[in-house]
Amino acid sequence: MPEQSLTQTYPTRWKRPPVLLTNPLWRRVIAVGALVYLVLAIQTVEVDWQRVYLGLERGWRFVQGFLVPDFTTRWNDIYYGLIESLTMTLTSTVAGVLISIPIGIGAARNLAPAPVYLACRSIITLSRSFQEIIIAILLVAMFGFGPFAGFLTLTFASIGFLSKLLAEEIEDCDHSQIEAIRATGASWWQVVNYAVQPQVMPRLVGLSLYRMDINFRESAVIGIVGAGGIGATLNTAIDRYEYDSAGAILIIIIAIVLVVEYSSSYIRRWFQ
Amino acid sequence: MLKLDNVSKTYKTGDKALHNVCLEVSAGQVVGLIGPSGAGKSTLIRCINRLVEPTQGSITLGSTDLTKLNRRDLRQARRRIGMIFQEYALVERLTVMENVLSGRLGYVPTWRSWFRKFSPEDIALAHSLLDNVGLADHYNKRADALSGGQRQRVGIARALEQNPELLLVDEPTASLDPKTSRQIMRLIRAACQERNLPAIINIHDVMLAQQFSDRIIGLRAGKVVFDGSPEALSDEVLTTIYGDEDWTQLRADATPTQNEATAVLDLAEGV
Repeated sequence: MPEQSLTQTYPTRWKRPPVLLTNPLWRRVIAVGALVYLVLAIQTVEVDWQRVYLGLERGWRFVQGFLVPDFTTRWNDIYYGLIESLTMTLTSTVAGVLISIPIGIGAARNLAPAPVYLACRSIITLSRSFQEIIIAILLVAMFGFGPFAGFLTLTFASIGFLSKLLAEEIEDCDHSQIEAIRATGASWWQVVNYAVQPQVMPRLVGLSLYRMDINFRESAVIGIVGAGGIGATLNTAIDRYEYDSAGAILIIIIAIVLVVEYSSSYIRRWFQ
Repeated sequence: MLKLDNVSKTYKTGDKALHNVCLEVSAGQVVGLIGPSGAGKSTLIRCINRLVEPTQGSITLGSTDLTKLNRRDLRQARRRIGMIFQEYALVERLTVMENVLSGRLGYVPTWRSWFRKFSPEDIALAHSLLDNVGLADHYNKRADALSGGQRQRVGIARALEQNPELLLVDEPTASLDPKTSRQIMRLIRAACQERNLPAIINIHDVMLAQQFSDRIIGLRAGKVVFDGSPEALSDEVLTTIYGDEDWTQLRADATPTQNEATAVLDLAEGV
């Protein structure tokens, strides 16, 4: 039997050798150490059960509020908040996309000369180094309360996000297609238009829609620090202990995110 | 027509890809450039249209010294040089027509090319070239909907759309089956003969090179080690280019089936 002789001449057991910690002693020391740390860490947590009990009661009121969402009492506030948020979302996404296309192209190493590349990369880094809320706090201080500060915040954040991913997409382009267009004597703009744009277009559309999705959700968050929109309405509702109105707002946010999610995946497929 | 004088290329990594290459190609001559992988074949033809900058030497096309051109003049010079690529290098998401018309980009202002407003002559030429390569009905298809052989024929049409004075061909058959390879080579050869167009075809299939070129240049480690007629490509010569191998056996395996095929016949077959 050839199979039998095979199992006799060659080893039949194989185990993947450890990659990270090759020394068995260290493996054991680290495992035991982690366990000890976990036990000690859990013991340091103080739980005030009385507070948990009180909190549960409040939490239950919250849940009850959500179970009977009240769309009508504060409908005007909710309506204006929503319109503000949606306006902020759309305008900031469009502005963000328009600004990040040139910056993204400039930040692609295979298209831009070194000085332009560095300039665009630093814009991206600057935009990406702050969380939306921090930018919103700054811009609210600069431009006052309201959706304009929100619009600026979301635009600024979109630029960092979209430019970086667009630049990476351009750098990943098939080089031979770029070379082929360049070899015909095409100018730099023509190379961008004929060789790069067709390659990155579906991804750009997908990223823009995804960013729109993010911008809507962020617009709800930055409202809490005064940048207008549905977040401001939500914040007011919670401050007034109107959990039923807050519940209505959350349900609306979830519904809108779902709609954006489904429509964007549909549009992406269409742009392939 | 085309003259390379002492062309050398050293890459930034320190690899010396070309070593004092001198050669002259006259009008209408189809040159097969052979050599082992890494011998500098691709570098050599890319130095001619300066997709790769030569470090030293001069390259003259007609009366222009290509190595001394500034960016604008280089673009104008590139319009005169058609190039056909390995793996076709078509822009996959564009239509066949856009791919062929991109051969005119050097002549068309950017805003016109942006709106795809090409002149009637350019469009008529594109249609006639697609007809010549047997793809007359495919002009509105996306390039990625075509088969390998069809894509390479679009690549040929794109190069010819430039109305070039010289064709640079980089491994045109690298990913094609033997029969399609022959058809593509016949098509390139016929195009050159019709237009009295010189071509440098970089190819690693020695038998194809022999069959379809007027002249063979052998490159080894960046140096020209053979320059002569296809008939003069003896076993000893192959050994100096590639190193030791049983060439007689290889030839016997690859004896080309000598049917009287022509580019026209291929198209009639509709492959």
